[in-house]
Amino acid sequence: MSTPLTPVITEHWDVPDLFTLEGYRRTGGYTALARALTMDPDAIIGEVKESGLRGRGGAGFPTGLKWSFVPQGDGKPHYLVVNADESEPGACKDVPIMIANPHALIEGVIITSFAIRAEHAFIYIRGEVPEAIRRVAHAVREAEVAGLIGTNILGSGFDLKVTVHSGAGAYICGEETALLDSLEGYRGQPRLKPPFPAVAGLYASPTVVNNVETITNIPWIINNGVDWFRQFGTEKSPGFKVFAVSGHVRRPGIYEAPLGITMRELLDYAGGMRDGSEVKFWVPGGSSVPMLTAEHLDVPLTYEAMAEVGTMLGTGTPMVFDQTVSVVKAVTRWLEFYKHESCGKCTPCREGTYWITGVLKRFEEGQGNDPDLDLLNQLCSQIMGRSFCALGDAAATPYPAAVKLFRDEFLQATTTPVDESFDPALSYVFNEVAAR
Amino acid sequence: MTLAPQESRPDQVDLVTVTIDDIAVQVPKGTLVIRVAEQMGIEIPRFCDHPLLDPVAACRMCLIEIEGMPKPQPSCAITVTDGMVVRTQRTSEVADQAQEGVMEFLLLNHPLDCPICDKGGECPLQNQAMSAGRGETRFEGHKRTFPKPINVSAQILLDRERCVSCARCTRFADQIAGDPMLELLERGAQQQVGVAEDAPFDSYFSGNTIQICPVGALTSSLYRFRSRPFDLVSTPTACEHCASGCALRTDVRRGEVTRRLAWDDPQVNEEWNCDKGRFAFKYLHEGRVESPLVREDGELRPASWPEALDMAARGLAAADGRVGVLTGGRLTREDAYAYAKFARSVVHSDDIDFRSRIATDEEAAFLSSSIAGRGLGPTYADLDAAPAVVLVGFEPEDESPIVFLRLRRAARAGSLRVLGVSAQRTRGLEKMHGEWVPCQPGREALMLRAALEGSDDHGIAAALREPGAVLLVGERLAAVPGALSAAAALADSTGASLGWVPRRAGERGALDAGALSGVLPGGRSLTDPQARAEVAAVWGVDPDSLPRYAGHRGTSAIATAATRVIAEDDEPAPATALLIAAVDPADDPAGERLLQAVDSSAFVVAVSTHHTEITERADVVFPVAVVAEKAGSFTDWEGRVRAFGPAIRGSQAVTDGRVLAMIADAMDMPFGVGDVAQLRAELSALDGFSGARTTAPDTRAEEPAGSGLRLASWRLLLDRGDLQEGEPHLAATARPTAALMSSATAKAQGVSDAATVRVIGPRGSVEVPLELGDVAHDTVWLPMYSPGCSILLDLGARPGDIISVERGASA
Repeated sequence: MSTPLTPVITEHWDVPDLFTLEGYRRTGGYTALARALTMDPDAIIGEVKESGLRGRGGAGFPTGLKWSFVPQGDGKPHYLVVNADESEPGACKDVPIMIANPHALIEGVIITSFAIRAEHAFIYIRGEVPEAIRRVAHAVREAEVAGLIGTNILGSGFDLKVTVHSGAGAYICGEETALLDSLEGYRGQPRLKPPFPAVAGLYASPTVVNNVETITNIPWIINNGVDWFRQFGTEKSPGFKVFAVSGHVRRPGIYEAPLGITMRELLDYAGGMRDGSEVKFWVPGGSSVPMLTAEHLDVPLTYEAMAEVGTMLGTGTPMVFDQTVSVVKAVTRWLEFYKHESCGKCTPCREGTYWITGVLKRFEEGQGNDPDLDLLNQLCSQIMGRSFCALGDAAATPYPAAVKLFRDEFLQATTTPVDESFDPALSYVFNEVAAR
Repeated sequence: MTLAPQESRPDQVDLVTVTIDDIAVQVPKGTLVIRVAEQMGIEIPRFCDHPLLDPVAACRMCLIEIEGMPKPQPSCAITVTDGMVVRTQRTSEVADQAQEGVMEFLLLNHPLDCPICDKGGECPLQNQAMSAGRGETRFEGHKRTFPKPINVSAQILLDRERCVSCARCTRFADQIAGDPMLELLERGAQQQVGVAEDAPFDSYFSGNTIQICPVGALTSSLYRFRSRPFDLVSTPTACEHCASGCALRTDVRRGEVTRRLAWDDPQVNEEWNCDKGRFAFKYLHEGRVESPLVREDGELRPASWPEALDMAARGLAAADGRVGVLTGGRLTREDAYAYAKFARSVVHSDDIDFRSRIATDEEAAFLSSSIAGRGLGPTYADLDAAPAVVLVGFEPEDESPIVFLRLRRAARAGSLRVLGVSAQRTRGLEKMHGEWVPCQPGREALMLRAALEGSDDHGIAAALREPGAVLLVGERLAAVPGALSAAAALADSTGASLGWVPRRAGERGALDAGALSGVLPGGRSLTDPQARAEVAAVWGVDPDSLPRYAGHRGTSAIATAATRVIAEDDEPAPATALLIAAVDPADDPAGERLLQAVDSSAFVVAVSTHHTEITERADVVFPVAVVAEKAGSFTDWEGRVRAFGPAIRGSQAVTDGRVLAMIADAMDMPFGVGDVAQLRAELSALDGFSGARTTAPDTRAEEPAGSGLRLASWRLLLDRGDLQEGEPHLAATARPTAALMSSATAKAQGVSDAATVRVIGPRGSVEVPLELGDVAHDTVWLPMYSPGCSILLDLGARPGDIISVERGASA
């Protein structure tokens, strides 16, 4: 008996004009807002707290708790900043949400702003996806015209301004404090914490930074209540999740399911592995979490179960690789990404990624050394927990897991270039895509 | 054990108990872990941490273990909490390993060019690599390289491959200097310090970045490749360039000053200084007078010391009672005192003045009543603690840069409000978050008088009435009749403390030493019997032998007085003489008159370090030591004595005091040996006068004469000053010469779209680029003595004078 899919956020994505205000309203849009504006803001925070909703950006921090950290009645402006800088390798869930249903995000933004008493909200969207930026900007304009954003929203006396901001192509700006620096016009580099954004964030004022998917959950929680939300998922990981499955599967794409569904079930929904292919390794949520193998396909996709097997749910966007992929090459590509995206602020991340990438490149070319396997582990441990922000930790993650599971493959790369051991052409999916 | 910073009283601060490496201490809440460790004598390696910069925690070198925290923490960014248990590398394997790992990473892309690097031998990276690094590298890849070096300014060079991205330089530029032209660019291993193409790092404080760079990434054009640190002989000294009073370290190589650094004095300059103090020292060794000179048949020729002393003694003795003594503002306190004593006790003259600049009798009366001999205060600490500081006739960034840094720091912390009464809303004022009180030059006195009478619209009096407020006036306020009188009265009536900030390093010391007519050492009045008796006792002379009446005042007035006697009647004129020390005629609004007077004076003795326009005209010239060759002291604007020893050991050069003693000896007059020890002893014996002081001047404030465009001006920090000679890289970072006007004034003058304007004064004109900015109405601001523009020499105008402007020739 398999876990059923639970389309909530994605329920009406087949409505062609869902991205318009009219289309969204036809599917029940903005009814949660009307309801929320009659509530006490603290009650909204309380409800989100009780729902157990956890941040969908990767860290899984309880959303209501984060909101409750914002000091109220402090006389300072408060801000809501939506982190829509989805840049994690393999993650593709926020961008589809913004393209398919931008108004759901905006409704969530308005409710959240009302709850935390923010009068200005920012949506910081990854600059490489103009489609998403255009859709969200258009939706904001529609909402303004309709009086859903602006002064005295729906007669409630609540005022809100929403600004859509385009990033400029830096992975680090997905880190919440670097995002705030970038939003303020500075170079995107992480800030010292404390103070945390809830106390001194954007323009040194209390700020909540939430992921797109997190905020998009809010209208449904307000409309349907805590009990409804908690019927999905587990005690510690309640609710549903927009899973984005990619890799060597027949039907890569978005599958919305309760937390706790297994990778095996998601694979089934995705049509299974492509012909003649089997799972070699997979990552549950972006390249920044340790990889798993076929033996972990039945572990529930929850924050707690993933932690038990030594990895993290992350963004909840599984990438699945079959036997045609060299793990050495995959790890090298990821590390090249982190090296390119390291902001340069702290020594371990800046220099460590530079060093590790160089060593991995030697392995990729078949020129690795046996002792370098341990050296790489040491270098990763010199970064892990020593860097300024989580980017360094992320960069130190792929290799240790990979070498633990596939040491032989790295040893093979001390004599044979990986492109000889693993014909790259076999891993391409051009034919499958063409056939679809 | 209780560790508390000296200034804070333990009963006023919350103490918390923290344990570091099993030693429990009590420290004020909020102290950074790394500071606590320092005070305990535990050294945690660090690169980005600097006690005067905001924490950034970027280099990760100072990682330590804190009980209860899962990851090692940067000790430079974590404040102590009660009960915190910290383990440094001394007792924690985790911390030790973390530091070793970071050190290995830091060396990864750092070139092994220590043998040719300026920093080698005094390099924090080198030192800490020895103590916390591994001996052999494990890195087999290629190091990242950059083309080397790049100029971030004419003076500052950057070797990017050496940089460890600690961001000390960028934070200094942004936080301390307020000149954020240095910024980190690019990302990852390509991250580098840089400047925008059209905005070099032309900060007055740029040299400090070299000093705080923990590697050799930043070097100066002046010192690069000139020396190794272990070839230098270093001496703590004091800066001779302005009245800020910076502690310096002077580094000498083979008998020549090779480098100067800001030295650590938390009460004065903290760890900073300005670029003039750091880089302007080439003059020390160029253009010096090498031996005594005497005039024979109209020509100066080298002479022996005995011959020159004999000639000087005879000339001065012949003019006894009619000798004008001009000391200039650059002498040490001891040397200025020697002149003060020589004038009164040896040649019996009170015609003495240290002010070779715009100076008035009102100012002399003000200095005598309110400043001379009054001791310490207001101080830098008072500026730190002040709720409000009002600046009048004083532009700190140009005229006393450390005062600027202090005011900026307090303003940045949000505790200080700065009001700048000025013709121009300057960049400096903006960096102090100051409020501009626009004031046409010449109207300062009226504005202060209005504040005094409760009718000012700018809240000046209200600000000064706040307890702890400070009124800072610059020496150039002397040019405005009634301004210093009004300032003294305003400080009196509001209870604000009054600070007088001269420009030259020696002025306050000369004033306190009595190098001003009517004023004896310690601020004593020449006409006060008790004062005369005290001074005569120390000098070992009869009080009645001291001059009875105050002499002439002002450099050119004294010089002219020395010549006027000749022209008065047919009788053989009594001989007159001039004794001139470090006087620069270019400073004096009547500099030309001064030179004419020197030309026509009967007998002129010049005591000088360098060949100047004065020595050219003298009858006898004595060479003396520059600051680097002697011991001495300056008194800074606070009244704080800044003593220093000779940086160049074994120099044969003698001090002014010794020259005067030798002349006195040749005249058979009692003086003593005139060395620093004797002069200092006498100065301290004359310290602390308890008698009556003179009363403050009460000059009326008047509407300035004439109408039309008025000239506003002051000297920029970097300009054509003599002591900046020979250092082109420094000169290249000076602010470009330009005329500043408001757009309304420019429009009214029909020049708003002109690229250059011709500013016309009584004597001549200058053509300079036009800049529009926030300038008082009907006012043109020009630099006083910059390349292509000297208002005294080219225009023949003083600040506040009427000038005119027309469109320049170049479009």
